[in-house]
Amino acid sequence: MNATLHQPVIEIDKLVTHYGTTEILHGIDLEVHEGEIMIIMGGSGSGKSTLLRYLLGLGIPTSGSIRLLGQDITRCDADAMYQLRRNMGVAFQGGALLSSLSVVENVMLPLREHTKLDEKTMRIMARMKLEVVNLGGYEDMMPAELSGGMIKRAALARAIVMDPKLLFFDEPSAGLDPVVAAELDELILRLRDAMGMTIVVVTHELDSAFKIADRITVLDRGHILITDTVTALRASDNERIQSLLNRTPSKERLEADAYMDRLTAG
Amino acid sequence: MTEASTSWPAKAHSGVEQLGRLSVRTVEELGYTGALLIESLYWIIIGPFKRQPISVPAVFAQMMSIGIAAAPIIFILSFAIGVMLAIQGIHSLKTFGAESQVVVGIALSVTREFGPLITGILVAGRSGSALAARIATMQVSQEVDALRVMGINPVRYLVAPALLAMLVMVPTLTFLADLAGLFGGAVYTSVELGLSYTAYLDRSLAALSVNDLSQGLVKSGVFATIIALVGVSNGFQVSGGAEGVGRVTTRAVVLSISYIVIADMIFTYFLNR
Repeated sequence: MNATLHQPVIEIDKLVTHYGTTEILHGIDLEVHEGEIMIIMGGSGSGKSTLLRYLLGLGIPTSGSIRLLGQDITRCDADAMYQLRRNMGVAFQGGALLSSLSVVENVMLPLREHTKLDEKTMRIMARMKLEVVNLGGYEDMMPAELSGGMIKRAALARAIVMDPKLLFFDEPSAGLDPVVAAELDELILRLRDAMGMTIVVVTHELDSAFKIADRITVLDRGHILITDTVTALRASDNERIQSLLNRTPSKERLEADAYMDRLTAG
Repeated sequence: MTEASTSWPAKAHSGVEQLGRLSVRTVEELGYTGALLIESLYWIIIGPFKRQPISVPAVFAQMMSIGIAAAPIIFILSFAIGVMLAIQGIHSLKTFGAESQVVVGIALSVTREFGPLITGILVAGRSGSALAARIATMQVSQEVDALRVMGINPVRYLVAPALLAMLVMVPTLTFLADLAGLFGGAVYTSVELGLSYTAYLDRSLAALSVNDLSQGLVKSGVFATIIALVGVSNGFQVSGGAEGVGRVTTRAVVLSISYIVIADMIFTYFLNR
């Protein structure tokens, strides 16, 4: 697939963010093209979850810009953001289904918010999406009655109910058994092929990442190490990338004095 | 380094620093709560014009859990307060041989003070805590984030209905508490002094003015705002998982009861000038 033919739908430019006084992301540049599956990968503490939060417009960055579908979400007003949200779907790591609503009510929520369809039409549309994620027949259950994999699929159904142009998926396979995780990977590929969505997946699962990725971005301590295809990533000679791929523990080099200071500090 | 940090100036310094941090935090929280109030009112008033109205079923659901479900316990507690006031009133007025004046005392103190106060404290404990825990849990499980990315403003979806329901139900419950308190007083005086219910009612109505009742109801509106806002602002500011939910819930109840008592004092002072 030739990515240069496509318009970038996500453009991140020199993104710097802070948590309290600690700088988390140190100037991130990233472009995602239309119809692409981009995997954001990295170990814990690499800043990948933070990057996702800012991509979703859930935080105000210190500097830099994030353009989604041509709209700079760090500067646009609430109404523009509201319009943009119709074209964005998000499946959170823990599902984040509203626990007071049944599965189908949860899936209908974006329709209720953004459309003026009548109740019956919304219910049918929600059921269709539940069928897509193989949850037909579970519509009247409450989120608390579902298993982990079912919650993730229900969350995915809710994310795609508006047929968004952009789909964000946080840790699709975390905490799932390999079979269910593989099913979710298939589902993500199918969604891209059938609906032409641009999909951003944040994960630390290598197998799943290699299976579905068009391109992979590796984040490490708030920096992007590489953004490239799976083959290029595998061929990379960067030490930290290789240690991530081969699951070798990172050996942090520390001066003896600095180490002593750290132990005796305070 | 370690010696210096325990020396006297350093201790005083850290004390001042803590005081400073506490003040900053208090002002910050006050501002945050105020912003929540303004935003809720914005959605209640402007929302329908922007085709983003607050959900009426949500308001009614909240009204059910805040109001209707609390009615029996409010009735019982207020009745008990009425009886207590009658006992104490008769006991202390006996000194002056003016036991029959107890009716006036009960009527005024229940409608002006005890009705609103007992309702406020009970609703804070019952519904303020539930509100804080619900929002905190939603915050922890990313449900609030999910609402935001769906374009559903959490203040409009969660805060405004709760505030509206509180503003309707707390004064309503207060009115119920007034009636129950007066009834409690009537039952005890009829037993103790042999005063008939009609006579009690007549003398209560003669003693009461509209101002007495409305004073109580105005205060209950203020309490409703305090309970709703303290509950939700603590809920949103949760950090640290399940333990955090427990912590903010406790904090919400303690703070709203404290604010209610303090606000009661302030309002009573100004309303009686």
